[in-house]
Amino acid sequence: MSAIHVTTKINGDVVDYVCEADETLLDVLRNRLGLTGAKEGCSTGDCGACSVTIDGRLTCSCLVLGAEADGREIGTIEGMAKGDELHPLQRKFLEHAALQCGICTPGILVAAKSLLEHNPKPTETEVRFGLAGNLCRCTGYDKIVRAVMDAAQEMRRA
Amino acid sequence: MRPFIFERATSPESAIAAFHADRATSFLAGGTTLLDLMKLDVVRPERVIDINALGANEIEISEDRLRLGASVRMADAEAQEELRRRVPMLTQSLALAASTQLRHMATLAGNVLQRTRCPYFRDVSWSACNKRLPGSGCAAMAGFNRQHAVLGASDACIATYPSDFAQALIALDATVDVVGRRGRRQLPFAKLHVPPGRTPEVETTLAPDELILGFEMPIEPWMSRSLYLKIRDRDSYEFALASAAVALEVDGGAVRQARIALGGVAAVPWRAREAEQALIGRVLDEASCQLAADIAFAKAQPREHNAYKPLLGRQTVARALLQAAAMEA
Ligand SMILES: Cc1cc2nc3c(=O)[nH]c(=O)nc-3n(C[C@H](O)[C@H](O)[C@H](O)COP(=O)(O)OP(=O)(O)OC[C@H]3O[C@@H](n4cnc5c(N)ncnc54)[C@H](O)[C@@H]3O)c2cc1C
Ligand code: SF4
Ligand code: FES
Ligand code: FES
Repeated sequence: MSAIHVTTKINGDVVDYVCEADETLLDVLRNRLGLTGAKEGCSTGDCGACSVTIDGRLTCSCLVLGAEADGREIGTIEGMAKGDELHPLQRKFLEHAALQCGICTPGILVAAKSLLEHNPKPTETEVRFGLAGNLCRCTGYDKIVRAVMDAAQEMRRA
Repeated sequence: MRPFIFERATSPESAIAAFHADRATSFLAGGTTLLDLMKLDVVRPERVIDINALGANEIEISEDRLRLGASVRMADAEAQEELRRRVPMLTQSLALAASTQLRHMATLAGNVLQRTRCPYFRDVSWSACNKRLPGSGCAAMAGFNRQHAVLGASDACIATYPSDFAQALIALDATVDVVGRRGRRQLPFAKLHVPPGRTPEVETTLAPDELILGFEMPIEPWMSRSLYLKIRDRDSYEFALASAAVALEVDGGAVRQARIALGGVAAVPWRAREAEQALIGRVLDEASCQLAADIAFAKAQPREHNAYKPLLGRQTVARALLQAAAMEA
């Protein structure tokens, strides 16, 4: 099988990589580029642990080929904090203890950031529906929803 | 995933030219069905043609027609304000499907060509599945068939057709715009899918090299009185156990035209034409809506674990009709 050369932008930086046709973007991020924030929960589009943005749109990187990222802009959890300064969502997740094992957390943060970009003032129902594609086996979602609502409020004030 | 050759098409012509009749070739759109089933080893293309750059992204709404390009993402069609207002059933069928992530990725053509969620089809460790392995039998027949179809199924396959959006298309008398090696053609959406019969592995009337370019449908002012009602195990992010796409033209209290399509209960996109007929000239009330619902499921054939579906389906249809009747359209 012939390797495919891909030029993309990840969290603002130009990145070149070579991958096989049968590698997903999630495989490439984790195994070739060392960006292990996005997780593989199910690999079939069900859990959202692999969430990233492509050209600003929230997607499951487990159902995108690495080759498809050519010429696109990828956003991952690694690009969320500015250096040591956490994103308000990240801070609120800590404050509210909105995580336990943490497997779902990177995906939920990426999804929540995308949600708030589209809808800065969501209702609780909108948060729950908007994040429905991100499954969590630990928290029961309540603290996640509260952390997102709280962060949204803080971000509106800022 | 098994290894395959990856190619990109930049136009419908180049996609068709890249198609190889002698090799298992698949078109890749959003990938949310194709890559999923490739990982599960259910489909095994040797060649994958990425069609994400070939265009077909148009949403054209005129006074009386709508055209939706094949590559339009579910999320983009769903977000169209004018469409939401003029044909709510269509945007609701998209908004109530899958998750935010998946709706961003999935295309309209991919959506109508998605494969069944029958667990025995999706898990290759089950040896009996006529759809996956023609002639091997059907594990669902004597298995856990709670999600399975009660309308349009056969002794060879009782899998449910899963798309929500397809129910809106069939209800709206959409046509499909298709291009392949033998040229371009249009076919009624109702003729795109074929019931399982004795060959459940054959799901559509498309030739393997044929590409969907878009969907077209007439839209009329009365279609603002339409909705998609989806009943499922949880409130979001789940396939339908039963659903109804309904549109009503009401004149002086009586029904002039009705459209009813059923999701979650049938083997193919399902139009309940006899139920529609029964409503014409009638006033919409509890009794007439219930009658139409009963007719829609008159030929239902339940199996061991889905015997609840005809009742759930009837209630879904009746409720959808009553809700549409109450709409200010
Ligand atoms: C967890 C999960 C939940 C879901 N829930 C729902 C739900 O509630 N309701 C619902 O309706 N759907 C649901 N889906 C299904 C989802 O909507 C479909 O997978 C999606 O719409 C497929 O579109 P795609 O662009 O990703 O198609 P792809 O996976 O790229 O393609 C699907 C098939 O269509 C073919 N194809 C694609 N485009 C064309 C074209 N233009 N011409 C010819 N052939 C083409 C491909 O070759 C392939 O065989 C769910 C999926 C997942 C994974
Ligand atoms: S219902 Fe159809 S898809 Fe499911 S096991 Fe039977 S033959 Fe296969
Ligand atoms: S790993 Fe991608 S959705 Fe679960
Ligand atoms: S914290 Fe464990 S899955 Fe969400």
